[in-house]
Amino acid sequence: MTGHGTPDRIAEAAARTAAEESARVVSTLIRMTGDFALAEDCLQDALTKALRDWPKTGVPNNPGAWITTVAKNRAIDLLRRASAESRAVQRLAREPAETQRELDNGDERDAVVADDRLTLIFTCCHPALTMDARVALTLRTVAGLTTAEIAHAFLVAEPTMEKRLVRTRARIRNTGIPYRVPSPDRMRERRDGVLAVLYLLFTAGYGAATGQSVLRRPLLDDAIRLTRLLVELMPDDPEARGLLALMLLQHARSTARVDSAGELVTLEQQDRGQWDAAATSEGLALLSRRPPRAGRYELQAHIAACHATATDAEHTDFARIVLLYDELCVVAPSPVVELNRAVAVAMSQGAAVGLALVDGLAARGALSGHHLLPATRADLLRRLGRLREAAREYESARQLAPTEAERRYLDRRLAEVAE
Amino acid sequence: MEYMFFVCTDATAPAYDPADDDIEVWVAEVENRSGVHYGNRLRPPSDATTVKVRDGELGVTAGPFTETAEWIAGYDVIDCADLDEAIEIASRHPMARYGQIEIRPAWPFD
Repeated sequence: MTGHGTPDRIAEAAARTAAEESARVVSTLIRMTGDFALAEDCLQDALTKALRDWPKTGVPNNPGAWITTVAKNRAIDLLRRASAESRAVQRLAREPAETQRELDNGDERDAVVADDRLTLIFTCCHPALTMDARVALTLRTVAGLTTAEIAHAFLVAEPTMEKRLVRTRARIRNTGIPYRVPSPDRMRERRDGVLAVLYLLFTAGYGAATGQSVLRRPLLDDAIRLTRLLVELMPDDPEARGLLALMLLQHARSTARVDSAGELVTLEQQDRGQWDAAATSEGLALLSRRPPRAGRYELQAHIAACHATATDAEHTDFARIVLLYDELCVVAPSPVVELNRAVAVAMSQGAAVGLALVDGLAARGALSGHHLLPATRADLLRRLGRLREAAREYESARQLAPTEAERRYLDRRLAEVAE
Repeated sequence: MEYMFFVCTDATAPAYDPADDDIEVWVAEVENRSGVHYGNRLRPPSDATTVKVRDGELGVTAGPFTETAEWIAGYDVIDCADLDEAIEIASRHPMARYGQIEIRPAWPFD
């Protein structure tokens, strides 16, 4: 025992343990009981017991093992009491010795449970669940967040989130979504579905880093933690590694994106000394070399790596970035990708060439109503010295911008060209 | 688990290509599996009849002739281990290519 500690320290240790051990404990219990709610309840009961016992006994040396043991014992207890017709009991009745041995055996868990956590992730991110449901269940079950924490992050009332989770677990049971890693021929599609959930979590948290919603900021860390786990479980998957690299390289820049006054700072003007060097090098290390056919996250990570390795904006390899965007336009075409490609073309081949591409997008009606289109046109017109046209575009971008920070940034730009 | 496949038309799907229609292959595959299988195609909604009883009065009407672009063109009832297996089987049905298939689990009375 490490001593009695303050209530704050104990609560913190319990929360940390929940975050670290949740996927392990819950995935094992779900495999053995087939019951999401039961598994989550057992973990919650164990955490509650920890908060009650640890102030008296002290935080155990290995809080994770403690929580795991208590949760498993609770599951055995509940299953023994469960009614005879329940599926879990039938399963226990079929293979009592084996199940009991697994429940009892904490030491073999890395061998057995690594697969379970992967199974859990794939089940929570099943395509037959809505995106909202996948996100909520992944945060609850794999990341071990409380319902209240998830509700706060997504700005909904706690009972609403609770209802969503209850419905999602019911849907898994009622529609027969299996608790299984997908077959090899479906793996690529299913993996993409998992990565989409993790990236959505990341962007929700990353957007929050600009200050509109402090509550969502922890999602950033959760997204990185979960993606790290996925990479650990699928070490040979280049897209999982690509996504983790992308997250780390973007995250490395997050503090430099906002200045001390809370104003947005563009990539070009960021103080690169503020970038998180450890996160950058971890991200770069995941991307040692590029296979001939990279996926969307890997390509985006390589683009981020071009910025991360440049000493300043001027010395960025924009020609390479254009080539990467060319590939991205094939793998994951979207108007936003084309717009970003146009900016890279402007940086490597001149603002006029980039502007022609942006005008082409606008003529197709792509991105109409999106502030990024006039904001990008404005920027390129400014570089070309066409200040009056630039001012008009900054003005339209300002009207479409979704956040206060972006409106203030565009105001500053507008003032510059109006001088 | 028992699943019902509603084989539906889809106005946005590619045009039906008789040369690509391998429904016999699909049926043979499904018939070779163990467990229940029963299915058929359905006459169009113009041949539908609707029955209601209100206050003991029987009401029979032709139709409904609603202006829906999507309608049920056939059905299959199939035993599957789980939803993933049902999705695999549905994905090989030719109407998955020129229409869409809605999978609904049966809800047995316990």
